[in-house]
Amino acid sequence: MNTQAKVTEEKNFFQQSTNKYTGIGSWLLTVDHKRIGILYLFSMMTFFIVAVIFGFLIRLELIAPGKTIMEPQTYNQLFTLHGIIMIFLFIIPGLPAVFGNFMLPIMIGAKDVIFPRLNLFSWYLFIAGGLIAVVSMFLPGGSADTGWMFYVPYSIRTTTNVIPALTAAFILGFSSILTGLNFITTIHRMRAPGMSWFKMPLFIWSLYATAWIQILATPIIGITLLLVSIERWFGVGIFDPALGGDPILYQHLFWIYSHPAVYIMILPAMGMVSEIIPVFARRTIFGYNFIAFSSIAIAFFGSLVWAHHMFTVGMSDTAMFVFSFLTFFVSIPSAIKVFNWVSTLYKGSISADPPLLYALSFIFQFAIGGFTGLMIGVLSVNIHLQDTSFIVAHFHYVMFGSTGFGIFAAMHYWFPKMFGTMYNKKIANWAWAITTIGFNTLYFPMFIMGYLGMPRRYYDYLPEFHTYHLVSTIGSWILILGLIIMFANLIKGMRNKKDVAPMNPWGGVTLEWKVPSPPPMENFHEIPTVTTGPYDYSHYELAGKETK
Amino acid sequence: MSSVTHQIHRDDYGSRMGMWLFLFTELILFGGMFIVYAVYRFIHQQDFHLAAQELNTTIGLLNTIILLTSSMTMAMSITAIQKGNKKLAIALVIITILFAFGFMVNKYFEWSAKIHHGIYPGSPDLLSKPEGQILYFGLYYVMTGLHALHVIIGVTILVFNVVYLWTGHTNSNYFVKLENAGLYWHLVDLIWIFLFPLFYLIH
Repeated sequence: MNTQAKVTEEKNFFQQSTNKYTGIGSWLLTVDHKRIGILYLFSMMTFFIVAVIFGFLIRLELIAPGKTIMEPQTYNQLFTLHGIIMIFLFIIPGLPAVFGNFMLPIMIGAKDVIFPRLNLFSWYLFIAGGLIAVVSMFLPGGSADTGWMFYVPYSIRTTTNVIPALTAAFILGFSSILTGLNFITTIHRMRAPGMSWFKMPLFIWSLYATAWIQILATPIIGITLLLVSIERWFGVGIFDPALGGDPILYQHLFWIYSHPAVYIMILPAMGMVSEIIPVFARRTIFGYNFIAFSSIAIAFFGSLVWAHHMFTVGMSDTAMFVFSFLTFFVSIPSAIKVFNWVSTLYKGSISADPPLLYALSFIFQFAIGGFTGLMIGVLSVNIHLQDTSFIVAHFHYVMFGSTGFGIFAAMHYWFPKMFGTMYNKKIANWAWAITTIGFNTLYFPMFIMGYLGMPRRYYDYLPEFHTYHLVSTIGSWILILGLIIMFANLIKGMRNKKDVAPMNPWGGVTLEWKVPSPPPMENFHEIPTVTTGPYDYSHYELAGKETK
Repeated sequence: MSSVTHQIHRDDYGSRMGMWLFLFTELILFGGMFIVYAVYRFIHQQDFHLAAQELNTTIGLLNTIILLTSSMTMAMSITAIQKGNKKLAIALVIITILFAFGFMVNKYFEWSAKIHHGIYPGSPDLLSKPEGQILYFGLYYVMTGLHALHVIIGVTILVFNVVYLWTGHTNSNYFVKLENAGLYWHLVDLIWIFLFPLFYLIH
């Protein structure tokens, strides 16, 4: 191809730096959104691997009743760190910080985000927060053992290093706010000519909704965690029941952020699936407006349901009723998305490439995670299931089974664009099959044993739960095997210089497929003018009709 | 390598928009504190009423006047640079900074008087009071302390803006940084306008 030949002569963003430095300095001081995205990708994946190892150890401890490999205190610290790292360092920044940074400007036809230096600063905050969380493990006193929710009064009383963990979460929250602020302003100000709001790709819509939650909800957790720190330093009494403070108030403030944060995690993954499905079904997405508005609706309703985490703490019945009702409401926009994805696949000419397979796993696991979410949103059922491993299974189906697989889908979908090379598709398919089987083997038994009464976060358990725990632990081994194959395949693909990826390997029609792989430093020589919608496959559909 | 300089996109409207979004987050940060205040005031009305009488309304009023006036000088400095009067703009920002110092000095005397009387978090005097009063003073120190921290951040930003004005980086064609600093300073002012009645005036 002529364009291809011309493209290879041009320097891509790996070869051309935004500053005068070469080597490591050209990365650490870069203001290029693509390089910052890559920085996020590698730092985030490092944290992910650490947290996966913690999860693996937790599961190994639970393989049999009684002590297996660690002391109860270590177990408490491990599940705390597993939670903090996975949530604040992997899933929340996951799609927005890595793929949002890399793709958002390209997908809206811009040369960079609007505040490039602020963008780099956000990454430094992310790293600072991550390092503080990791360093707190090695300080005297040991890492926090409170669980990632830092519930008072225990988080005020424990002698472990709660303050470093709180500081880390605070700094990471700040990083998240600045990324959100950057994205909202970029989407408002930097769309290419012709890209009206309803010509934006759906991933951008979901990033937009996410960014609003990041901005509006994160300050609440900031102030709440700061208050816990102040409580530990000075004993002002705001959350300390001994001085008149109210621990339930802490839980409210915590979940006012942390429930919307769940949507910070899931919304970009939903946007991701909305990108992938039309490309691999070769069909214009079904119900574009509904998907776009459902993102906003989820962001809105998701901000009003926080107290469904607290049905057993003793609220007024009216409050419980209202929060339960609103919780059901969130399922409507979520279901709209699922129906639209499935309708898009219907009668499409589907090519089952790795990104689509991960996206299908997302839909399957999200359906399970979503439905069980409705179950525990029912007040009566919630009393039975609160604080059991049923809850653990539910949120892992949503967080890992959906968002995690969404991130894997994004990695496989945009990999050729980011690195300009191709991974081995066959191995990627195998890795997909193994991770999906492993994931379900790991978490499905938790639904059953939780229903039968296995409490969450327990170090020991009754012998009757042994079989379920055993199956679950074996599932964790299968899952990790799948992850190792997946990462090995991707890393090998990165270093594979032979399999050069073309500009548009999947046949996508959004703007990122109209720039070279990897993109040049400035993305576009000329800012493109957008005339069609983001998933305009009319040429495919027409071509199909003609052959008939 | 550096032959192609990365194009920095200038968009003053966008910069102001980013600043407004940031101010939202600041408002919500304090919003969390105001919720806590509202809840505890509702539970401990009597204690809040009694504790509030210990605060010195005169110093509070003086600080309110100082901050309001400083907001005015801040706004005036932006108008001055828009009209191209560099010296006046610099002088007005410096006056704003001096007002901020005045505020902090008052705050220092106010807090040290409280601490001198044995009212500070964890002090035996305070712990002997009823729970509502412990919470009132806990909130008083946390909220005014957090506000004072914002005053210090605001002063730092203003000092940078004096330098920008001095070097001509901020001028009659490009003054969005000074405008954004002004927005931040008005936020600091605004939060105090809510803190003042909540702690000093409502008895």
